[in-house]
Amino acid sequence: MMRLPVQFLLGVTLSTAFLAAALISLVWTPQDVTALDIAGKLAAPGAGHPLGTDHLGRDMLSMLMAGARTSIAVALVAVGIGIVLGVPLGLAAAARHRSLLDEFIMRGNDLIFAFPSLVIAILITAVLGPSALNAILAIGIFNIPVFARVARGAALTLWNREFILAARVAGKGPARISAEHILPNIANLLVVQGTIQFSMGILAEAGLSYVGLGAQPPTPSWGRMLADSQTFFYTFPRLAVLPGLAIVLMVLGLNLMGDGLRDMLDPRLRRTIR
Amino acid sequence: MFGYVAHRLISLALSLLAASIVVFAVIEVIPGDPASYMLGLNASDETVAALRETLGLSGGPIARYLHWLGGMLTGDFGTSYTYRVPVAQLVGDRLWVSLPLAVYALALSTLIALPIGALAAARRGRAVDYGIMGLTQIGVAVPNFWFAMLLVIAFSITWKVFPPGGFPGWDAGFLPGLRALTLPAVALALPQASILARVMRSALIETLHQDFIRTARAKGLSEGQAIRRHGMRNAMIPVLTIVGLQFSFLLAGTIIIEKVFFLPGLGLLIFQGITQRDLIVVESVVMLLVFAVILVTFMVDLAYALVDPRLRR
Repeated sequence: MMRLPVQFLLGVTLSTAFLAAALISLVWTPQDVTALDIAGKLAAPGAGHPLGTDHLGRDMLSMLMAGARTSIAVALVAVGIGIVLGVPLGLAAAARHRSLLDEFIMRGNDLIFAFPSLVIAILITAVLGPSALNAILAIGIFNIPVFARVARGAALTLWNREFILAARVAGKGPARISAEHILPNIANLLVVQGTIQFSMGILAEAGLSYVGLGAQPPTPSWGRMLADSQTFFYTFPRLAVLPGLAIVLMVLGLNLMGDGLRDMLDPRLRRTIR
Repeated sequence: MFGYVAHRLISLALSLLAASIVVFAVIEVIPGDPASYMLGLNASDETVAALRETLGLSGGPIARYLHWLGGMLTGDFGTSYTYRVPVAQLVGDRLWVSLPLAVYALALSTLIALPIGALAAARRGRAVDYGIMGLTQIGVAVPNFWFAMLLVIAFSITWKVFPPGGFPGWDAGFLPGLRALTLPAVALALPQASILARVMRSALIETLHQDFIRTARAKGLSEGQAIRRHGMRNAMIPVLTIVGLQFSFLLAGTIIIEKVFFLPGLGLLIFQGITQRDLIVVESVVMLLVFAVILVTFMVDLAYALVDPRLRR
């Protein structure tokens, strides 16, 4: 049994806690997040509101739980888009290495990389209007070249190996080899990259909803909670500190988990870094 | 060297062309005609048609694309639908906030990250290293706009050292301008510096395992001397790549940070453009940002060749 590093355990604990909060918020939150209570606005933490209320009297704890749900949903689906579209592209490029297809896919990737992700989001929002769905789209598009690159790079090193040659001799075509032999062998790397992109997606979602390009009211999101707090945080710093801490802890948890996974799956890397 | 530069130049031009087609096509999809939007509901068809003509909106998509592209090449970005001034002038004014901010942040990030990363590499496995790695791990997780808000609470409200927002303009003098951009630049730089420090550390540690470092040590150089004379230069390739990438992150990041500090930069311009359907402004700013990113990638490629003579061949 391998001894698990402390950082990894901390990462898993943090990530699981937020995931649990998000899942619980689907069926139960301490208070209704759409219920406004103007009389009870900006209340300090106390009975009924463990973390106090915001400028519209909404319960902060409930908002943070529901916000976790928005963040996780957006980032997770965006990672899904990246994997579902990017990995096959990368595998295809590797299977036809140095062909026109490979060149085309890689140049297309470079083109997307030239657009800062935030700029893609702004373009998409300009076209389709702001919504959580469009935030997913904007973050997801940027994930496609990332996964395509990882998949292609890892697949290329495998294509020269004997077991692939054996599969070719057995008469399997490139598509089948990619799916049956290459994909299982690069799954590790994809999981690590997925964790990284997941945490970047959480940050991106927060940024987009902060500037009003993400989930629209009344859907709670951490980024918009921060934007809302901006008028009040001189007098009520709590409103700005809490959602920010939630973002930091969630992202920190995912990063620690991703680093831990990478070290465990790739012992070579561990030797050179430590 | 010449072949390398020529090859890079061609790919620079092609990337720009492809990017311009993408930006134009996306904006083209947006429903709604700017001319009728500007003139309101009661405008007659003739007035709308006349305005379309002056805005360069008549003709097919290809003709309009070529018109737009030709204009940009000659420095004419068109006229803003809402401000009725040349877009080049609008963008030019705003650029003098966003660009210095991004450069300031990049300078801070590099100045903080490289020594810290080198220190962590030199003291790897010891308390200093763990401390730096822990701090950078947190730094990577902090959203820059939230850090910006914390900075305002600390340095504008608690201790009134820096202004909480706004920009006096460079006419007010260099130092007041720099002062207004300091908190935004620090906020932008911190997460980037954390990433860069980690890259610097692992790039240096990677080179320390190389034979040429062992040779240098065998010749009697101390580890510090070996790092400074031989390690640094070889660690520069990954570091340069990240610095280049970071510039585009920082330039795009100014869009969000400008909102925290109410800075009149490109970010504010682009959001106004979106809400007012001033698409030519949105189009131009996006194209400008993409241009900057592609140009920086190009310069990083050239810098590789300077750092690593093997690439010049």
